[in-house]
Amino acid sequence: MATLHTVNKSPFGASALQSCLNHAKDGDAILMFEDGVYGAAQGTIIADAVAAKSGSLSLYVLKGDADARGIADARLIEGVTPVDYAGFVELAASHDRTNNWL
Amino acid sequence: MEDNIKKFLYVNRKAPYGTIYALEALEVVLIGAAFDQDVSLAFLDDGVFQLVKGQNTDGIGVKNFSPTFRALGDYEVTKFYVEKESLEERGLTADDLQEIMYEDEDDDYAEKPSIRLVNRAEMADMMAEQDVVLSF
Amino acid sequence: MSYDVNGTAVEHDEEGYITNLGDWTEDLAGIIASAEEITMNEEHWEVVNFLRSYYEEYQIAPAVRVLIKAIKKSMGPEIGNNKYMYELFPYGPAKQACKIAGLPKPTGCI
Repeated sequence: MATLHTVNKSPFGASALQSCLNHAKDGDAILMFEDGVYGAAQGTIIADAVAAKSGSLSLYVLKGDADARGIADARLIEGVTPVDYAGFVELAASHDRTNNWL
Repeated sequence: MEDNIKKFLYVNRKAPYGTIYALEALEVVLIGAAFDQDVSLAFLDDGVFQLVKGQNTDGIGVKNFSPTFRALGDYEVTKFYVEKESLEERGLTADDLQEIMYEDEDDDYAEKPSIRLVNRAEMADMMAEQDVVLSF
Repeated sequence: MSYDVNGTAVEHDEEGYITNLGDWTEDLAGIIASAEEITMNEEHWEVVNFLRSYYEEYQIAPAVRVLIKAIKKSMGPEIGNNKYMYELFPYGPAKQACKIAGLPKPTGCI
């Protein structure tokens, strides 16, 4: 009964990622895409909060969006898995519901 | 028919007038009410501002849609989950929200409050019980 | 497009709903009703007045099932039932009565 959460806003201008982290249940997945990918980068003010969830949640980033913004795989927070569009679709299909944090 | 009833949650996380999200959500709720599903509304983060009482939009030339929330009981939309932490972070309490009542047809039409205050963990649990989550 | 109310033009959209809710008068209601081939009687007025007060309070025109339920509650089952309401407003009580009441088309009306 797991949920796929998606976040498409930068964590520095919106509360979406923080709110998502606050409401996601163990076993859920979070996919960061569009400006949401900034939440997957190391060394930011929110990185520790994201990394702290990498054990209980599955964390993903849409690779095309991360690459476009100069966030190479090596700069991703440990435990964040890059996925392509097909991977995004698979995640949506394999979860019971999707909750989009706009 | 019972088997076809799904749990629909509309998630409101935006303040009412700065963007169109809140009004759009309300319109979708009104239209969706025709489909006889098990509907809940969630108000968290800036979404709690939608329910604040005393809104007056005369000065900004847009419609004040806050009274429409009070009509939702007629549409059998009677579950408004409001997150306590979101209220507190914004200096609000339940007393700052407008009163929203519905008539319980299964209880001799007794008037009951639609707003249910929940904490963050309860909100997360409620979200995880849904079949469909529509976010605004 | 406009209705002519004693020489004053009141704008309406292509379906006949008036553009500015503030333009509504009882005379206008009678004119819209004539265009809908309805002769206003006491029962029609009860429904129209009910719709106007519902809009005043909630800022929406109710969907038809909500309207009928609410009318049943406030005026009793003799008026608040499908058959009677469709006799009063043959092309749909919410649609036609809202138009006559000067309200926008009901949300969710298909």
